[in-house]
Amino acid sequence: MQIIDCENKDYTQVCKEVRTSEDVDVCLQNCLGQRYIGAGLNNKTIIIDGVPGNALGAYLDGANIEVKASVQDAVGDTMNAGKILVRGSSGDATGYAMRGGKIYIRDDAGYRTGIHMKAYKENFPIIMIGGKCGSFLGEYMAGGIIVVLNLKDEKQIVGNFTGVGMHGGKIFLRTSDLNANFPPQVKCEIATKEDIKEIEKYIVEYANDFDIDANKLLSSQYHILKPNSANPYKRLYTAH
Amino acid sequence: MAINMVEPLYEVSRNATRCINCRICEKECSNLVHSYDENLKAMISDETKCVNCHRCVVMCPTHALKIVKSDNCFRENANWTQDSIMTIYNQAQTGGVLLSSMGNPEPFPVYWDKILINASQVTNPSIDPLREPMETKTFLGAKVPDIKRDENGDIVNNLPPQIELSTPIMFSAMSYGSISYNAHSALAQAATKLGTLYNTGEGGLHKDFYKYGANTIVQIASGRFGVSKNFIEAGAAIEIKMGQGAKPGIGGHLPGTKVVEDVSKTRMIPEGSDAISPAPHHDIYSIEDLRQLVYSLKEASNYKKPVIVKIAAVHNVAVIASGVARSGADIIAIDGFRGGTGAAPTRIRDNVGIPIELALAAVDKRLRDEGIRDKVSIIVGGSIRNSSDIIKAIALGADACYIATSALIAMGCHMCRSCHLGRCNWGIATQRPDLTKRLDADEASQKLVNLVEAWTHEIKEMMGGMGINSIEALRGNRLMLRGIGLTEKELEILGIMHAGE
Repeated sequence: MQIIDCENKDYTQVCKEVRTSEDVDVCLQNCLGQRYIGAGLNNKTIIIDGVPGNALGAYLDGANIEVKASVQDAVGDTMNAGKILVRGSSGDATGYAMRGGKIYIRDDAGYRTGIHMKAYKENFPIIMIGGKCGSFLGEYMAGGIIVVLNLKDEKQIVGNFTGVGMHGGKIFLRTSDLNANFPPQVKCEIATKEDIKEIEKYIVEYANDFDIDANKLLSSQYHILKPNSANPYKRLYTAH
Repeated sequence: MAINMVEPLYEVSRNATRCINCRICEKECSNLVHSYDENLKAMISDETKCVNCHRCVVMCPTHALKIVKSDNCFRENANWTQDSIMTIYNQAQTGGVLLSSMGNPEPFPVYWDKILINASQVTNPSIDPLREPMETKTFLGAKVPDIKRDENGDIVNNLPPQIELSTPIMFSAMSYGSISYNAHSALAQAATKLGTLYNTGEGGLHKDFYKYGANTIVQIASGRFGVSKNFIEAGAAIEIKMGQGAKPGIGGHLPGTKVVEDVSKTRMIPEGSDAISPAPHHDIYSIEDLRQLVYSLKEASNYKKPVIVKIAAVHNVAVIASGVARSGADIIAIDGFRGGTGAAPTRIRDNVGIPIELALAAVDKRLRDEGIRDKVSIIVGGSIRNSSDIIKAIALGADACYIATSALIAMGCHMCRSCHLGRCNWGIATQRPDLTKRLDADEASQKLVNLVEAWTHEIKEMMGGMGINSIEALRGNRLMLRGIGLTEKELEILGIMHAGE
């Protein structure tokens, strides 16, 4: 494993060292806001000590990234495959237009989490949030799964405008008392056993990653949000 | 029953003595205008469905058909025109947003047509491009003002990545989805033969076209359709679409009906699902945020590809372009308000944005005034109709031009402006297999090659006439232009003198 000390280095230097490292395993120490770490990589396991900057793992193509602290905005932007594990919270636009792979956040996520996520056949993105999320969760969502686990059992776990423009995918919210208004494009139901079966393996993996009890999470009640239609704007237009 | 206030805009004029009832027009018309009446033993037409695309006119073996503008009229009114009245009927009936296609058709001034080009007489002799070398080769990308040398005095190549074009004409972004597989294939083949580039648009890149990568610009828009590591690395350059001239300020929306199996594979979304690109990139709210996307793409492509940022020509375009130039973009593409589209709300298309001529002049001046013109190349599009438009654009400061509507017309488009219906009879703006097969990709690519070669030759002739033998010497050379019938303010913005001065 190559150890890279990030102290007093800018992102171009850090990213270059990661990209050109001959080792598959790379450990970054003293990371402090360097952007784009792991951008587009497919063959690395990157462990980060400290707080990386924006766009961590953008266009990620199969690499694994583990962060021992929180991350900033746009983590996993347009990622394709791989896994990003965050032992803390994530900033805004987590998993923007993510098209595959997994982002597991231990604590909370900011605004616009999972915005424009989309799935296609074997490319199927998953975002798991341990705590709660800001507004615009799953905005324009077109595919994949977002799970908000609400590990602290709070009342308000999503903000305003959740699922606005959603036309694909599913959002699971672990709460029995859902305190939110949803837009007309979104259908909200209590998740059935079948529904939960779909996320079981991710919950087990998540619980394993963060050393928590999966059984408690699996036996809880979830609400599931789905789009009403795959063509939400069909009736909006008239030909001129 | 409510009355449907649809009145036909065109009449199908069928010459009965020529018509042989072969029913070819019926087979060719995807709008179902023509049919055969068994009782009358003759062809009849339902003109309310006609979009005036001329497919039947061209295919009629006996030339029995022509489409004429209906002389059916409302009471004359300079304010309440027929279109104003009929759009109200339409919206009162449907409650829908008016949707139309292709560029702004309204009679706004076309500044290209009010600019004249210079030529040499007596002094500074003109050059004959048939006999003398004439350079149209163009390099796009950030230039560095300082030459660096190593300890031996040799020049160190510190030039950021460049695009090399044989001629300053590229094919502008049109997505696979908005146009057909064969149309994309024709553009890719033509760009390769010509030594220029075509642009994927925001719909991803079909697997069959990766082989044309060296002549491809891959585009990334807010929906990020089909964007993957392979896609980012596939082309010669990466374009971030911030805006489009036909619909500044709004996003894209490919209706589910056009997301057929193959389009779904390329966009990487399920078949039949709407492909929605929101108006903004939701991670970009500032120049700093744009810089983040630019550099994330540079990181992901290992700094080997120039990054283009495409913006629509809007009121503050010069200031915006200055910001874009400082975001790390290598190239700015500016799209004027006459730029085409596969679908845009009519009111936005016809009323939002400004002409490319004024936008280009303003941007070039602003960047020069700020001393950052070298940091970026400028591509302009938004209705480049011929080679003299290109000469004028380059003399106003553009490095290269984007053409799209012209390219579609070269492939057979008849400008019926009905792309949004998805029933293009010419096999271009449709995904219906029975229609897409009407466009022969090889033949269409040859037409594109012919067009660009002809224009390039015309550009050389006009350059030669001015005594200029390299496109570099024409760039930003506004002394070669004069305005005609323009106000002082217009001349000031264009940075040119009036004819006779």
